[in-house]
Amino acid sequence: MRIGLTLRAGLVSLLLFGLFVGAWHIGTAGTGPAVKMDPEYAKLMGATATQGKSAMPGPAEVGARIWQHLKDPFYDRGTNDKGLGIQLAYSIARVLAGYLIAVAVAIPIGFLIGMSPLMSRALDPFIQILKPISPLAWMPLALYTIRDSGISAIFVIFICSVWPMLINTAFGVASVRREWLNVAKTLEMSPGRTAWRVILPAAAPTILTGMRISIGIAWLVIVAAEMLVGGTGIGYFVWNEWNNLSITNVITAILFIGVVGMALDQLMARLQHMVAYAD
Amino acid sequence: MTFDDPLDAERSLPARGCACGGHATQADHDRAVAASGDERLARIVQSAVVRALFPEERSRRAFLRAVGASTALAVIAQAFPLGMATEVFAQAAAPEKKDLKVGFIPITCATPIIMAHPMGFYSKHGLNVEVVKTAGWAVIRDKTLNKEYDAAHMLSPMPLAITLGAGSNPIPYTMPAVENINGQAITLAVKHKDKRDPKRWKGFKFAVPFDYSMHNYLLRYYVAEHGIDPDTDIQIRAIPPPEMVANLRADNIDGFLAPDPVNQRAVYDGVGFIHVLSKEIWDRHPCCAFAASKAFVTQMPNTYAALLKSIIDATAFASKPENRKQIAEAIAPANYLNQPVTVVEQVLTGTFADGLGNVRTVPDRIDFDPFPWHSFAVWIMTQMKRWGQIKGDVDYAKIAREVYLATDTARLMTEVGLTPPAATSKSFVVMGKTFDPAKPEDYVRSFAIKRAA
Repeated sequence: MRIGLTLRAGLVSLLLFGLFVGAWHIGTAGTGPAVKMDPEYAKLMGATATQGKSAMPGPAEVGARIWQHLKDPFYDRGTNDKGLGIQLAYSIARVLAGYLIAVAVAIPIGFLIGMSPLMSRALDPFIQILKPISPLAWMPLALYTIRDSGISAIFVIFICSVWPMLINTAFGVASVRREWLNVAKTLEMSPGRTAWRVILPAAAPTILTGMRISIGIAWLVIVAAEMLVGGTGIGYFVWNEWNNLSITNVITAILFIGVVGMALDQLMARLQHMVAYAD
Repeated sequence: MTFDDPLDAERSLPARGCACGGHATQADHDRAVAASGDERLARIVQSAVVRALFPEERSRRAFLRAVGASTALAVIAQAFPLGMATEVFAQAAAPEKKDLKVGFIPITCATPIIMAHPMGFYSKHGLNVEVVKTAGWAVIRDKTLNKEYDAAHMLSPMPLAITLGAGSNPIPYTMPAVENINGQAITLAVKHKDKRDPKRWKGFKFAVPFDYSMHNYLLRYYVAEHGIDPDTDIQIRAIPPPEMVANLRADNIDGFLAPDPVNQRAVYDGVGFIHVLSKEIWDRHPCCAFAASKAFVTQMPNTYAALLKSIIDATAFASKPENRKQIAEAIAPANYLNQPVTVVEQVLTGTFADGLGNVRTVPDRIDFDPFPWHSFAVWIMTQMKRWGQIKGDVDYAKIAREVYLATDTARLMTEVGLTPPAATSKSFVVMGKTFDPAKPEDYVRSFAIKRAA
């Protein structure tokens, strides 16, 4: 029965996909009424203007483009034209840098807040004000003060991924069951040992949830940040193709962004699974 | 081609006859150019010194008439070692730094900066330059101020704005070369085909690339001349050029005054039509510029000279109509402009579809001339003042001199075999109204629609 359900779900997914692609194909196929134009003039115009061709590419075009990118993901034709693989690698490197710094900052502070009601109250207003700020709003400030666009992008990733981890860590640490802490006290464990051996394992699932949310946000933000500063990265690729009004490439990039985002999320889900425990 | 003999009492240095002003006809000029060489270099140095000694044209000629050219030269050589100065100029000193980064925005205005890379103008002058595509003007400004870029493609008003501290902290900035002249246009959405009269534009939303841009000033000037107040009757917002066509298609804006290839791209995609070319507003107006911080110019003079020489060289190459097709092919790929070749070609050759069904031929739709006229700077500052971007008294002439490095450009133009104009200021006509660079304040006051008090 279980296999049957998976199979059926798969079939429905395929059907939906087929419907979507079919509708897409029909929606974009064909050309509008051919506009009467002087041939000299028509030579200077694009297909959208001359044949009333839809500005939206069809699924076949996008498929062909994806295949092209898959065949040669690491080409390098100069500073401003690199393969999709290289661009994705730049973006992932930036996300990881910003994200790891955020982990290093958020988890210790989260512990502090979770373990000390005083610090929790004292830091609360700052967190509440800083948390809802769109990470991109930091960009001009970062560019101006850090004076380096690469580090500014990493800073933006850092600032957007720090909050979910911080809040989740604090929450996880604060809600470790009292009895377990009491047992630790009875056994005369040092505070450091308690934090490491009792609180960390107990709070780990909550912390990992925060980390999973964060990596998702970081991946969302990097695209926008790179569109802003340019140079390298998948966000720059999207911007550069937007500049060329190449919707085909933009759609291709969107799909790749989705795939990488899913991979990152699945990775965190694995980790989360590893630290889960039954109460 | 050289500055002609500055020691000739009968000669007038300001322009007359040929391009350099020294010959009766262009043919004489060309013949003289062919004969030049070492002698030319000596002339350049003499000329610079004589000009410095006699800023007044009349007193120079009076002096030379009184003592004669050879005596004058001997007297000057006593005080100033002309021979040595000539040698210093002749030795092309090695650049202090070879690997440079230059930022650009993907528009045809940047043609000299971009093409110098694939067509080898940088390497010809001993530099290894990386040209980096940048997302917008604010970012290019910040990256240049952060020293991530050694020099950059900017809008010609930006170095003035940066120096004046409008829109950023005041930092001494220089603009040693204009990249292109003309090359912009007002494009309107196709649905406004019948609204060609600007008086009917009330309520329109327009886009310009940046607040401190020729585009902003030209659009404001154009509508104001038609009695439309650009601040209250229409809306003008800054949108980076690459995003303009997408916004026009999405109906977010009614039109834009933008650099090419944006205008031609809107036509190519059947989204808009070209209402007027900017050359029809002000023929031979400057647009984009090559800019560097003053620190770069003073700390690395040889690198700066080599870089500027490459740009001037490229500009000269681009100014020849027969080279334009080749340039279009070189700069259209994804690494540079990332546009269909035919769009770039239409812009550069000036044979283009206007979006209304006509093929127009305007060979100087865009042209390239590196000379940073001081009067350009003064005009730009009058418009900044007119629209309230800068307040109070402005020392127009001084800032123009400090930012627009016309003398450097003139010297390097001669070195690469071009003809710099004899003066650094000229009067010009914008929409039928003459601008006198000597009277900027009167000019600002003369407008009916303005923000300045």
